[in-house]
Amino acid sequence: MKSAVVPQPQPQSRARIVMRSLTKRFTDIARQEVLTALDGIDLEIGGTEFLTILGPSGCGKTTLLNIVAGFEHASSGEVLLDGEPIHGPGPDRGVVFQEYALFPWLSVEQNVEFGLRERGVPRAERRERVRQQINSVGLRGFERRYPQELSGGMRQRVALARVLVNDPKILLMDEPFAALDAQTRTIMQQELLNVWSAERRTAIFITHNIEEAILLGDRVVVLTARPGRIKEMVDVSLPRPRDVTSTDFNKTRRRVGTLLEDEVQAAFSAVQGEINAGG
Amino acid sequence: MTLAPAAAQAHGWDGTRFAASARLAVRRTIGPLLFLLLWHTASTLGWVDPRFVPSPVTVLQTLQDWMFGQPGTTTYSGTWFTHTANSAYRVFGGFAAAALVGVVLGCLIGWFRPVADLIDPIIQMMRPIPITSWVPFAVIFFGIRDASAFFLIALGAFFPIVVNTAAGVAGTPKLLVRAARMLGIRAYMILPRVVLPSAMPFIFTGLRLGIGLAWVLVIVAEMMAVKSGLGFVMWDAYYFLRLDIIIGAMLSVGVLGFLSDLVIQLAGRWVMRWSRGL
Repeated sequence: MKSAVVPQPQPQSRARIVMRSLTKRFTDIARQEVLTALDGIDLEIGGTEFLTILGPSGCGKTTLLNIVAGFEHASSGEVLLDGEPIHGPGPDRGVVFQEYALFPWLSVEQNVEFGLRERGVPRAERRERVRQQINSVGLRGFERRYPQELSGGMRQRVALARVLVNDPKILLMDEPFAALDAQTRTIMQQELLNVWSAERRTAIFITHNIEEAILLGDRVVVLTARPGRIKEMVDVSLPRPRDVTSTDFNKTRRRVGTLLEDEVQAAFSAVQGEINAGG
Repeated sequence: MTLAPAAAQAHGWDGTRFAASARLAVRRTIGPLLFLLLWHTASTLGWVDPRFVPSPVTVLQTLQDWMFGQPGTTTYSGTWFTHTANSAYRVFGGFAAAALVGVVLGCLIGWFRPVADLIDPIIQMMRPIPITSWVPFAVIFFGIRDASAFFLIALGAFFPIVVNTAAGVAGTPKLLVRAARMLGIRAYMILPRVVLPSAMPFIFTGLRLGIGLAWVLVIVAEMMAVKSGLGFVMWDAYYFLRLDIIIGAMLSVGVLGFLSDLVIQLAGRWVMRWSRGL
């Protein structure tokens, strides 16, 4: 893969992502109609910013992330990564999936090692980097376990370690904690912030959870119901670590909550409409 | 566990487990024992003609002579190991060829759409044709020799292996392929590193079906296209109405088939040790 050969810019890698009138349409062959998932998204993100994208289900959040990851292509408009168009996925953009997507036949250690190994990083260096990464996400002692033997929280740590070990320019997370129980989720949010603070890099985090969006993000992008457009961008200037019970936090939560509420209603009405039309 | 009486449970976990597995062993032996008893009674009391259905005792005596008897005492004495080795050699040869070609072709069919479009229709049309109908061609092209048996066995075992492998490969979770690409895998490594391990459970199902068919087909091949092996002995014994020999050969094939399936199961468990405790 090309990106493997290109030397990483600096140890402290950072990216600049620019989206201009990004639009994505899908053709629903069965119903013979064109669905617009994303419509004219203009967004810039880079440096050490942690951006959260919030929106009702079906608004195209995941599509947006998939386009940056290189899994899907825009129908029109452009997405540039450090000034270059994106051609396919690569280790410079580490993706953490909601469903973990670990290789079940590989141990924790081997999962974390996968990217380095496939890109031909020498064994000694590989081992050292894997060891450090496993320690930093709190997986020491679990190196030989297989994903099936781990809890959801532990699996997501492996998924995080697996991309961080590649020193990506940008971290792309698609509702990574949505499948976890509330307590584990809180712990994982904290650990993600710890890891990110230790070595800051650009991060895009998708969620439908308002509190999570505000807790993690420097900026929250609220998307509209389908077709997904940017409804508003909210800068979260609260100092870190953030206290979810503080007055300021709740003020922001109320504001974002109102923005999102309309869209959730709109999405719900759209679904109702489809049911009525179909029935 | 829930069926264990209170007295057994009082012995604690190990006692309970031992008692439970002992009861299981007893329950599983009752059926076969009853069957043997019925068979023996039917034969000795003359419910069936013992010339046609020899009693289990007769069969055991026959097997003993067939295996360890002084060669030349009867036609079959002491020839079991030679015939069995011949059959096993053909089974494993034919099966190995089928496994190699089946897995490789199955991967290509499951992964590359154009290959599937080209080859899959042929396979699906040939698959329902009974392998026995290939016997004349095997004999014409390969003669009454090992090659005929290899061909028939390999052909028969090939189909379940290729079909299962292709299904497993085609069913590789898209997400895992995405994850691998995101981690920087080279395109040509996706097949060996992601697709193949992901398809392993299907491949082993195919292999197990294949080895079972291989034992069926070695008998067919040896009855019709070769002059040695357990199948040949069965056919030969049929001419001389030595039905005790036939039953002995049937038992032999049953045990050998069971054992070779066990070997594949154990290999599969080792290869897929990551799924322990699932």
